[in-house]
Amino acid sequence: MAPNVVLVTGVSRFLGGHLAARLAADPSIERVLGVDTVPPPRDLLRRMGRAEFVRADIRNPLITKVIASARVDTVVHASVTANPAGPTGRTAMKEMNVIGTMQLLAACQRSPVVRRLVVKSTTAVYGASSRDPAMFTEDMAPKALPSSGYAKDAVEVEGYVRGFSRRRPDVAVTTLRFTNFIGPRIDTVLTRYFALPVVPTVFGYDARMQLLHSEDALAVMERATLHDLPGVFNVGGDGVLMLSQAIRRAGRIPLPVPSMAVPTVGRLVRSARLVDFSPDQMRFLNFGRVVDTTLLQRDFGFTPRWTTKQAFDDYVSGRALRPAIDVDTLAAAERGILDLAARIPIR
Amino acid sequence: MPDARVIPLHGADRPAPRTAPPARPRMEQVPPPADTARDKAVEAGPEWERRLADSLAFLRRRITGDYQVDEFGFDRELTDNVMMPLLRPLYEKWFRVETIGLHNVPADSGALLVANHSGTLPMDSVMTAVAVHEHHPANRHLRMLGADLVFRTPLLSSIARKTGQTLACNPDAERLLRGGELVGVWPEGFKGVGKPYKDRYKLQRFGRGGFVSAALRTRTPIIPVSIVGAEEIYPKIGEIKLIARLFGLPYFPVTPTWPLLGPLGAVPLPSKWYIEFGEPIRTDHYEPGAAEDPMLVFNLTDQVRETIQQTLYRLLTQRRNVWLG
Repeated sequence: MAPNVVLVTGVSRFLGGHLAARLAADPSIERVLGVDTVPPPRDLLRRMGRAEFVRADIRNPLITKVIASARVDTVVHASVTANPAGPTGRTAMKEMNVIGTMQLLAACQRSPVVRRLVVKSTTAVYGASSRDPAMFTEDMAPKALPSSGYAKDAVEVEGYVRGFSRRRPDVAVTTLRFTNFIGPRIDTVLTRYFALPVVPTVFGYDARMQLLHSEDALAVMERATLHDLPGVFNVGGDGVLMLSQAIRRAGRIPLPVPSMAVPTVGRLVRSARLVDFSPDQMRFLNFGRVVDTTLLQRDFGFTPRWTTKQAFDDYVSGRALRPAIDVDTLAAAERGILDLAARIPIR
Repeated sequence: MPDARVIPLHGADRPAPRTAPPARPRMEQVPPPADTARDKAVEAGPEWERRLADSLAFLRRRITGDYQVDEFGFDRELTDNVMMPLLRPLYEKWFRVETIGLHNVPADSGALLVANHSGTLPMDSVMTAVAVHEHHPANRHLRMLGADLVFRTPLLSSIARKTGQTLACNPDAERLLRGGELVGVWPEGFKGVGKPYKDRYKLQRFGRGGFVSAALRTRTPIIPVSIVGAEEIYPKIGEIKLIARLFGLPYFPVTPTWPLLGPLGAVPLPSKWYIEFGEPIRTDHYEPGAAEDPMLVFNLTDQVRETIQQTLYRLLTQRRNVWLG
């Protein structure tokens, strides 16, 4: 059953904004409402076409009125985010993530028209530790509950969503646990991290990373909005890149930091306004995390177009990252040595 | 397990001398790019030039990150081209490992190898992996299950992941077995590897039988593996509890040479090794819910443990000398 009126939260950010744009291009949807506290950037607003932007704070009860008056039947909660707006944005981010979700769910519960809810969550809810299994399935619990930051927000958000679906069993609730996004267009902590000229890593550890192309993420969100696919799904690209391998593919230079000095270096990088790492992201870069996407492919019916490796390569070429050691130079050096070897008369 | 059956130690299973090693598929997943210069060298050049071309191509792939790892972080190319050649001399020249019954290890399907653990440092697991990779006709990789200490320790954790090890937990074991991999497990854990020298070749408690339920759920055979020789490489005659606690280690060993002789004490004693792969214990004739029956799990655990213990005793009686075999 296709939705009539869709409300998307967090439209001034990449995922929410581009999702609203995609939905607005779908003629079967009557109305698309985009909500955020700040208006989207101009180019994003232009892309969004006929989608209407409502400047509202989802932490405010006003959102109830928006949902009721527009007769919203599908709510896409895409505003839960890992990227704080600024150096002081961490507290505000938590407010927005947790309190915003509570308000939004309360509003949805009030409305008799709402029949579908899509929530953007994260695989960070599984935590990251040395005691993790190699791959997480949806029914696994984290070995150590994330103690702070985005991961903890996401755990709390998912808790409220579960409570909501208990109280409103008639609403189809889809929770999407995304791995880290990557792509030429999206701006996340990870894309900024790999753009650093010297990439700090944790000495002696090599994280396994699973990534999702931002276009695949949009396609998954769109599919969840248009179809009734209730459940919790891990969403990630196929395959794995080791952190060291990713750094090599991007042509960066790794800087191994002893794990004791990692918090200090993290603070330095943050205060230099380069990359704003949270502790759980640093744990991810230490131990890595891979999830099982069997349910996504079998029950949700979606296979990502980009594998982890392809998505990362697309990011590298799209951002035109200049490698420290050029691939062509290497190949030329290899040919040079071989030519030289061929000339040496040892038989 | 009939005790009287004699299996020759220097018997038929001894690997044939490696005069002409079979053409092993190297770098199966990453086909070397067709460089014109390299092709020319391969066509015209002598052996050493071809090898130079191969190693240069390998180096280039490593530098540019052009290789494949699986979900567990297993780096097949690195394992085959760097790790195994490093371990081969230790296996062939230092410990002079002899394998018995390697034909019991299946060539193309999943199986769970269960072995006794000893030697203060888990050298026995490494050597078993070399045995299965170098001397099994199918050149299989042994995917071993390690304690979480391994994955907590810097350097060790990344080497372990890259050579195919993963955390000892049921989800990982079952995922590997379902994927048709050979999985190696040392259920005694630290109790086995760190036991004092006077307790040598006495099997400790076999964990909680988690490995049996993994095999039952995936209906894969259990292959008991008995390793003789590893107990003597670092005879642990004592331990220093304070240092162990300081570094969060399960034990800090004292051997006749360590820490007395410093780094020299870290050199393992050159004992002669035998690794016997026993007959597979089938698990596919139990009904699907068998893993939920604790009594069956206990009984199977005991059966595996008893088989390994009896094989160890038999191998020990046949051994004349610790160093010469």
